[in-house]
Amino acid sequence: MSTWWPSETSHARAVDLLFMGLLATTALVLALLFFLLLRFAIHYRAGNASADRSHRIRKSWHWEVTWTTATLVAFLGLFVWGAQQYVELFGAGKSGLTVYVVAKQWMWKAQHLGGQREINELHVPLSHTVRLIMSSQDVIHSFFMPAFRIKRDVVPGRATDLSFRPLRAGVFHLFCAEYCGTDHARMTGRIVVMQENDFNRWLSSQDVTGTLAAQGERVNRQLGCGGCHGNGPVRAPKLEGLYGKPVPLSDGTIGIADEAYLRDSIVKPRAKIVAGYEPLMPSYEGKISEDELIAVVAYIKSLAEKAKRP
Amino acid sequence: MTERNYLTEDTRIISWLFTTDHKRIAILFFAAITLFFFVGGAAATMIRLELVSPQGRFVTSDVYNRLFTIHGVVMVWFFLIPSIPSTLGNFIVPLMIGARDLAFPRLNLTSFYLFMLGGCVTLYAVFAGGVDTGWTFYTPFSTMYSNGHVVLAVVGVFITGFSSILTGLNFIVTIHRLRAPGLTWYRLPLFLWSLYATSVILVLATPVLAMTLLLVALDRVFGVGIFDPDRGGDPLLFQHLFWFYSHPAVYIMILPGMGVVSELVAVFSRKAVFGYKFVAWSAIAIAVVGFFVWGHHMFVSGQSVFAGLVFSFMSFIVAVPSAIKVFNWTATLHKGWVRFDAPMLYALAFIGLFTLGGLTGLFLACLAYDVYVTDTYFVIAHFHYIMVGGMVTAYFGGLHYWWPKITGRMYPEYWARAAAILIFFGFNLTFFPQFILGVLGMPRRYHVYPPEFQVWHVLSSAGASILAIAYLLPLFYLLWSMFYGARAPANPWGATGLEWLTPSPPPKHNFEATPAVTRPPYEYTLSGEARPQNA
Repeated sequence: MSTWWPSETSHARAVDLLFMGLLATTALVLALLFFLLLRFAIHYRAGNASADRSHRIRKSWHWEVTWTTATLVAFLGLFVWGAQQYVELFGAGKSGLTVYVVAKQWMWKAQHLGGQREINELHVPLSHTVRLIMSSQDVIHSFFMPAFRIKRDVVPGRATDLSFRPLRAGVFHLFCAEYCGTDHARMTGRIVVMQENDFNRWLSSQDVTGTLAAQGERVNRQLGCGGCHGNGPVRAPKLEGLYGKPVPLSDGTIGIADEAYLRDSIVKPRAKIVAGYEPLMPSYEGKISEDELIAVVAYIKSLAEKAKRP
Repeated sequence: MTERNYLTEDTRIISWLFTTDHKRIAILFFAAITLFFFVGGAAATMIRLELVSPQGRFVTSDVYNRLFTIHGVVMVWFFLIPSIPSTLGNFIVPLMIGARDLAFPRLNLTSFYLFMLGGCVTLYAVFAGGVDTGWTFYTPFSTMYSNGHVVLAVVGVFITGFSSILTGLNFIVTIHRLRAPGLTWYRLPLFLWSLYATSVILVLATPVLAMTLLLVALDRVFGVGIFDPDRGGDPLLFQHLFWFYSHPAVYIMILPGMGVVSELVAVFSRKAVFGYKFVAWSAIAIAVVGFFVWGHHMFVSGQSVFAGLVFSFMSFIVAVPSAIKVFNWTATLHKGWVRFDAPMLYALAFIGLFTLGGLTGLFLACLAYDVYVTDTYFVIAHFHYIMVGGMVTAYFGGLHYWWPKITGRMYPEYWARAAAILIFFGFNLTFFPQFILGVLGMPRRYHVYPPEFQVWHVLSSAGASILAIAYLLPLFYLLWSMFYGARAPANPWGATGLEWLTPSPPPKHNFEATPAVTRPPYEYTLSGEARPQNA
C-alpha cells in the first residue's frame, strides 16, 4: 500500500528517530557483550593453558558501580526521549478536524461532522490535524495506523481520542490491534489521505441526511431531551453554550464540558451532578446507540458555536 | 546399580503416585510438563503452518483463535511457570541445602495433584471445543462475547494457581528453616537466591490472579457486571488486576532460569561467580520492582498519561538488575577455565538470547515506541526471546547439568551439543523475523494478513520446523541415556555444591549424615580445582 520508509506524519518521523536511537543502543550493547563473551570464552578456554590467568580481579564493586551507573544513565535518557513524544501525542489540549469513530465486531464506522459516514475507510485531508474521537459498541478494539506509528485502544463505555497530521497523500493500512474475537484479523480498512480540494469534493459527493449536528438534533427531539433541558417545568442545566465551559459540580470540583463529560452525563448522569441541581436525570445507557450518542454530542457542541455568534 | 537409591527403593506404581519424596515428585512434574510442552508445541506448530499463507488456508478464524489461546495458556501456566521450580527446583533445593526433603513433603505432593487437576480441566476445555480469548482473557470479550469454554479454562488455571502458591510456600520455608549447619545466606548457591525470589512472587502475586479469574467467572456466569461498562463496571479494571499478577509472573518464569545460568557459568568457568552479592540481590530487586511495572502493558489502553510515565520509568528501572546479572556472568568467564559441555552451550545461548530479549524490552518500555509496536509481532518476538530463548534454554541447560544426578546416567555429549546448537539456530530463525514483522507494523493474533508480510512469516515458519526437530532430539537421547548411558559418578562436573556430595542417583534420604558447610559456593583454585562447600 505504501512504503514503510519514510513514514507519513511528523510524529511518525520522530518515532522512527527514536527507533534508531534504541537500535543504536541495542547494537552497541550487544556488540560489546558478544565481543567480551567470545573473547573470554575462546581465550580462556580450558584447553588453552598458556593464557595468563594471574591477577584476577578481586574487588568487584568498582565494576558493579560503573556498569550499573552507565546502564541507569542510558536508560533514563531513553525514558525521557520516549516520554516526551508520548506526552505530545496523548497529552491534553488537542484540537483539529473532528471525526467520530465507532468500533464494533468486526468493522470500523466513521462519521464526519458534515454527516458523511463510511465503513472500514477513513478519508482525511492532507496537512490538517485530524482528531478521532473513538468509542466501542461491544469489546475492546484498537485503532492502529502503522504508517503514522500510532494506535489507541477503543474501549466500551468511554471515549478515547487520537490525533495525527498526515504529510503525504496516499492509502494506508488501518488495523484492529486489540484481539476482539472471530474476525479480528478481518477488522481492517484503509486510511485515504487526500489533497484538501479532493477531500472537499469527496465530502460533497457523499449521500448525507443532514450534518451530524442535525442528526443529533433529531435524536434530541425523539428522546425528548428538551422536556427538561428546554423551557419546561423541570429545572435542568441549559445545553446552549455549554460545550467547552467549566461546570461547577455538586462535589465542589469544577469539570470541563468536553466530549467525554457530555457523553458521561448522558450515559452515567449520576456520576457528575451540576451544583445546584437535583440528580433527576435517568441514564440513557442502552437506550441510545453509539451513533446517536455521537450525534447528540455533536449537536450540543454546535449549540455552543451558535451561542458564540451574535 | 547395587546400592539402593530413590529410584530403586520401591518400584511399585503406587509408591510413585503417593510418594512424598521431593525427588520422585520432581520426576512426576517432569513427566507432566513434558506432556504439556508438547501439547503447547503442537498448537504452535499449527499456528506457524497456518501463517505460511497470508489468506489463512488451513484453519478457520475460530480454530486459529483457539490455537493461539491453547498455546498461550498451556505454555504459560502448565510449562513455563512450573518448569524449573517444580522440576529442577523440587529435585535440587533440598540436596543443595543438605536437607532430607522439602519442609512440607505432603504439601509438595498436593501441589502436584492440584497441578494435574488444573491441567486436566484446562485440557478438557480444549477438547470440549476450546477457548478463543487468548491467554490474557481480556474483558468484556471473555465475560460477555466469547463463545468458547472460558469458565472451564479459567477454573483450570485457578486450580493450578494453588499449586504455584504451595510450591512457593514450600521453598520459602525450606530455604529459611532447613539449611545445613554453616550454610549462611551468603553461602547459598545463586540458584537458591533465584528460587527464593521466585517463590516470594508466587506467593504474593498468584492470589491476585485467582481473585481476578474468579471475578471473570462470576461475571460470565452470573452477569455481575464488574467488568461490564453497561452496568457500571470497568473493562480496564481487569487489565490492571490481570497484569498485576501477569507481569510479576514473567519474572516467575525468568528468575529460575537466571539461577540455573549462574550455576552453569561458575562450574564451566571453574571460577566463582563475579559479584556474587550483586547477582544475589539483583534477583530480589527484580522480584520487588517487578510488582510496580504492570501498567506498561496498558500504554495505549486509555490509562492516564501520568500513569504511563510512571510505569515506563519503573520498567526501565527493573531492567537494571537484569543488566547487572548479564555483566557479572560475562565477567565470570574472565580468566577462567571455560569448558563447552552442553550445559555451558545452553548457558551461553541464554546470555545472548536473554540480552536481546531484554534490550528489545526497552523498546517496549519506551512510551512513544510502544504506542507503535505494542500488540504487534515485536511483542511476540520480545517475549519469546525471554521465555523460550531465555527460560526454555536455561531449563535445558539445567536439565543436562543435573541429569547425571537425577538419573545416575550421563547423557550422550555429542548429541546434546548438536541439539543445543540446533535449538539456537532454529530459535533465531523462528523469532528474529518476527521483530522485523513488528517493526513493519504486523498486528498479532492475525491469521489472515496483507501479503507484503509473507516473506518474514515463511522464514519464521522455516525456523519453527528446525526448532521443532531440535526440541524432539533431547526427548529421544535423554530417554535413551536413562537405560544405556554411562553410569554417572557422584560429581561428574567437579562442582562445589552439596548436591554433588551424595551418590548419583541419591539415596531416598539424600545424605547419610547432614553435611556441615564451611565455604561459600563456587570456590575453585587458580588452576580450576573444585573446593567443595563442606570440605
